[in-house]
Amino acid sequence: MLTSLDRKILDLLQNKFPISIHPYRQLADILGMDEAALLQRIQHLKDEGIIRRIGGIMDSRSLGFYSVLCASEVPEERIDQVAFRINAEPGVTHNYRRNHRLNLWFTLTAPTRDKAQLILQRLENELNIKIYTLPAEKVYKIKLSLPMQEDDYAD
Amino acid sequence: MLTDTDIQIIQYLQGDIPLESRPFAQLAEKLGISEAEVVERIQWMQERGLIRRLAAVLRHREAGFQVNAMVAWNVDHARADEVGRYFALDPQVSHCYWRQVPEEFGYNLFTMVHARSQQELKERIEKLSKCQDVKDYIVLESLQEYKKVSMQYF
Repeated sequence: MLTSLDRKILDLLQNKFPISIHPYRQLADILGMDEAALLQRIQHLKDEGIIRRIGGIMDSRSLGFYSVLCASEVPEERIDQVAFRINAEPGVTHNYRRNHRLNLWFTLTAPTRDKAQLILQRLENELNIKIYTLPAEKVYKIKLSLPMQEDDYAD
Repeated sequence: MLTDTDIQIIQYLQGDIPLESRPFAQLAEKLGISEAEVVERIQWMQERGLIRRLAAVLRHREAGFQVNAMVAWNVDHARADEVGRYFALDPQVSHCYWRQVPEEFGYNLFTMVHARSQQELKERIEKLSKCQDVKDYIVLESLQEYKKVSMQYF
């Protein structure tokens, strides 16, 4: 069960992580707690699996990479096998089975558009499936933080 | 232009940085520069938009957001910006994109919607639909997660 302090910590870690030599000391000051106690609490949140990682959120486009959402219609009886093969591509970061005729949805990131297309072509040939690409034309929102304190959640 | 040092910093940041008082100390030592220089370089990359920010990435389910769905909406091209910007304002919408889609698919505005229950998810989607008068949409629930990782760029 998350305490209200945990929720405050999670909101700060998601939205206000300082880029500094002593980021946790600064966060501890904001929370009015001891740095060692904060580190211990964060370790607990990691152990519980609530925090996946703490690190950089990169912008793939600014880094020059090409990223695209892909979808495919895969016969149900071999969807696991197809999904595992797609998972083996290091540029595939998300892969889900969904409730639609297009039942497998994944994202592919590659250094260039051509390289992405080569990977997709190879997958199509090897797996005997048709892969549709749904590139983003306009991004209205990418928010990777979840509001943890109830107050933030109300609109 | 990214230097070798920058690329090594990105390699370090794309993983899970050590949970310790000085999380950049090991990296600075490895690179043979000071922690202050590492921090400066990260700030420089953030100003240029290469790094959005440093942050904790949570697991949705474990953090209490048990359900989510990708909702794809069929929106008239002329209304794309209006509807896209409105959906983006919703605190339970984490991602909102206008996409080029196969003609036979037709649903071109994509949102990820998060909620604490199926009921809440359903209500939120219906509210979005009503507020923008977009009646044609599909809810693409995830039936199985095969993979979810952070991109390793270098």
